[in-house]
Amino acid sequence: MGLDVLNPASPQAVELLRLWDRCLWICAFLLFVVTGSIVWIVIRFRRRDDREPPQTTGNLRLEALWTGVPILLVATLFVLSVVAAEAIDRPIRRDPDIVVTGHQWWWEVRYPNPGVITANEVHVPVGRDVLIGVDSADVIHDFWAPRLGRKIDAFPGYRNYIWIRARQAGVYNGFCAEFCGAQHAWMRFRVVAEDPAAYEQWLAAQATPALPAYSGEALTGETRFKELTCVNCHNIAGINRQKQFGPDLTHVASRQMLAGERLKNTPKNLRDWLHQPNILKPECFMPNLNLSDADLTSVTAFLETLK
Amino acid sequence: MSDTPFVPGLVEDADRVKAHSAWLEWVSTVDHKRIGLLYLFTTLFFFCVGGAEALLIRIQLAWPNNTFLSPDEYNQIFTMHGTTMIFLVVVPVLLGLANYLTPLMIGASDMALPRLNAFSFWVFLFGGILLYFSFATGQAPNAGWFSYAPLSENSYSIRPGLDYWALALLGIGVGTVATAINLIVTIVTLRTEGLTIRRLPLFVWMVLINSFLIIFALPALNASLVMLLVDRLLNAHFFTHVGGGSPVLWQHYFWSFGHPEVYIMVLPAFGIISEVIPVFSRKPIFGYGFVAASTVAIALLSVGVWAHHMFAVGLGHAWEYAFGASSLLIAVPTGVKIFNWIATMWGGSIRFTTSMLFAIAFLFTFTIGGLSGVIFATVPIDWQVTDTYFVVAHMHYVLFGGTAFAVMAGLYYWFPKMTGRMLDERRGVWNFWLMFIGFNTTFFVQHFLGLAGMPRRVYTYGDLPGWAVMNLISTIGAFVLGISVLVLLWNIRISRQTGAPAGDNPWNAWTLEWATTSPPPEHNFDAVPPVHGRRPLWDLTHPQEVRP
Repeated sequence: MGLDVLNPASPQAVELLRLWDRCLWICAFLLFVVTGSIVWIVIRFRRRDDREPPQTTGNLRLEALWTGVPILLVATLFVLSVVAAEAIDRPIRRDPDIVVTGHQWWWEVRYPNPGVITANEVHVPVGRDVLIGVDSADVIHDFWAPRLGRKIDAFPGYRNYIWIRARQAGVYNGFCAEFCGAQHAWMRFRVVAEDPAAYEQWLAAQATPALPAYSGEALTGETRFKELTCVNCHNIAGINRQKQFGPDLTHVASRQMLAGERLKNTPKNLRDWLHQPNILKPECFMPNLNLSDADLTSVTAFLETLK
Repeated sequence: MSDTPFVPGLVEDADRVKAHSAWLEWVSTVDHKRIGLLYLFTTLFFFCVGGAEALLIRIQLAWPNNTFLSPDEYNQIFTMHGTTMIFLVVVPVLLGLANYLTPLMIGASDMALPRLNAFSFWVFLFGGILLYFSFATGQAPNAGWFSYAPLSENSYSIRPGLDYWALALLGIGVGTVATAINLIVTIVTLRTEGLTIRRLPLFVWMVLINSFLIIFALPALNASLVMLLVDRLLNAHFFTHVGGGSPVLWQHYFWSFGHPEVYIMVLPAFGIISEVIPVFSRKPIFGYGFVAASTVAIALLSVGVWAHHMFAVGLGHAWEYAFGASSLLIAVPTGVKIFNWIATMWGGSIRFTTSMLFAIAFLFTFTIGGLSGVIFATVPIDWQVTDTYFVVAHMHYVLFGGTAFAVMAGLYYWFPKMTGRMLDERRGVWNFWLMFIGFNTTFFVQHFLGLAGMPRRVYTYGDLPGWAVMNLISTIGAFVLGISVLVLLWNIRISRQTGAPAGDNPWNAWTLEWATTSPPPEHNFDAVPPVHGRRPLWDLTHPQEVRP
């Protein structure tokens, strides 16, 4: 059924699952006691005749029992939760490896060293502790990849941190878990865990501008990209670099998904997205520029070169 | 009127007055019973509106990538659903029952402050109308019932929906506080002779504790609403980080109201259960003192647990452990109640009336909601499942499986007193089973949606493995639930006209409201029976017994 929370892929998520299991056993025991007694009572003490039953009013020993046992149980849960919390949130004594910034409705992903900026796709090396700093550029968001660990709010004005350590290579679902406005639903991301070698290779490739030698449609597309208002919001390394409003497009063609996971990143979907962003993702901040067919074709061709 | 001089024309005036008088009597009434019924009618109406909104939500989420509602429509509807159910249904339905029953249960002729009582109701109704009037401005509030800043600030919600939200809640909040004061004064000053505090019916006791809780909690909301309005209308910065404010501040303020609010929505429901279970088990409540004292413990703890709504904020471990511990502790007095209710049934002679069916179902579903609450109080698990459908499931198990089931038990129990006619039991059993099955179908599966990673408050979702089928099950359950409400409405309508006459005390119950006619006269009692214990009417028929 794809119950991500119960299918951990990191030591942090394993720790969470262990706590979950223990907690669930305690709760299941209590539910069994309550439901079992209700069922028994309903059968055993249903009305049989019109006599009034014995009028008992209380029993101190029973009260002590059902006050004392739950106190012990919640005390146990408290200790277990502190142990788990300390194991999951380890102290932070260095700068983050990755900074993730929530925007309405996409995730900016920065690698301070060597200065890579991408969007909605967090690449991490398998088997290494990765420290992620999380903040927001506008409202409150929440960064959550259930199979890899806890969720953490993304606030404007201060930075939160989480540790992640992917155990095996793979692609993990990520969600914005705090209501953040119209397109909260399509503010998803993915964590791509790769072998360290593949990861280093990816990082090096991302750190250099794509900018191949353009020709034909792509060359027209590059010109149109600059002439239209695209550059006002989107950065492409080697073309422009300013305060960014929309996702960085330096290597847009290398990403797996578009628009907060709304679409698979295929040339056709990219073209549809440029054509009618507000149909695919109503109220998103990407405007419909009413591009002509020629512009759609050339800008798509240009963006597809940005591997 | 016999000395009124005959004036030509007066007769026609009198006829006209008579034609309007039914309306006038309701609008101008200060009788606690009529005001109680006004509350109940109004909340039933808003319950249907909020329920219709819930069905729209479930239609939109029935399958992936549905386009039945636009994201903005969806956000308005889930905001209005939450706000309606909390502020216009759950809290006022309990206030309405408290209004109707408290004076009757303590042998009084009315509330202590009848005109304040009428004011409370009308300001509440006005707040409800104001909230819904926001649709006419083009956009209802759309930032959730919790309206987290800065999303609720001007920069992100420029249209006036949120101003209506804040003003409406402010009005409702003032009315609620006034009712709480009124209930406290009534219970403290108007008890009939012999009805000491330690003999209070548990419903009245819980209403009393609840009223204190309202007085502590609601002003925090009212103050923060004013601050939000100042931010929005006068460009202040209480809740924006630009300019020195803090979005976290709003969360602290809101939840320091919001979590006591959860108990405000459930304590009187505990009171209903504490009346219904003993009567239909034919035994006094087991451990009266423990049930009463655990209510005080819950009320005290409930003002110190609010930050468990904020474990994902990153407050730091010290805060999180402290609030985790207090939240875990609150499970203990709640458990004490559950066990005492079960022990009340033990050894009894149980009558399976519709009212009792709902009370037994309450024990089961509320326990599930309570235990998933324990799961949330375990801090790291909260980090995983908060803000997912697991919370939606938990919260509906508490508020629907808890409070709504208790209110249903109370409705079937007290309807004969209010109308003089029995609420039909055959339709009642249909009502019960449809509601029980519909409720569990809708919400149990949502636990698994949360575990699958589905965040709350999303207007749609991608076709991830299992999500579509789980959501469809939930939607089907919601429609069964909707049908059960139709059965309830039908039952109320038919039974009011043709239900079996109730008599004074159809259930052989033992609290004072059953010592007068059904419905009671305007002055409630011709004579209040003597009170020498917790069960005055039982004592009348069993004079030889030693009374607790």
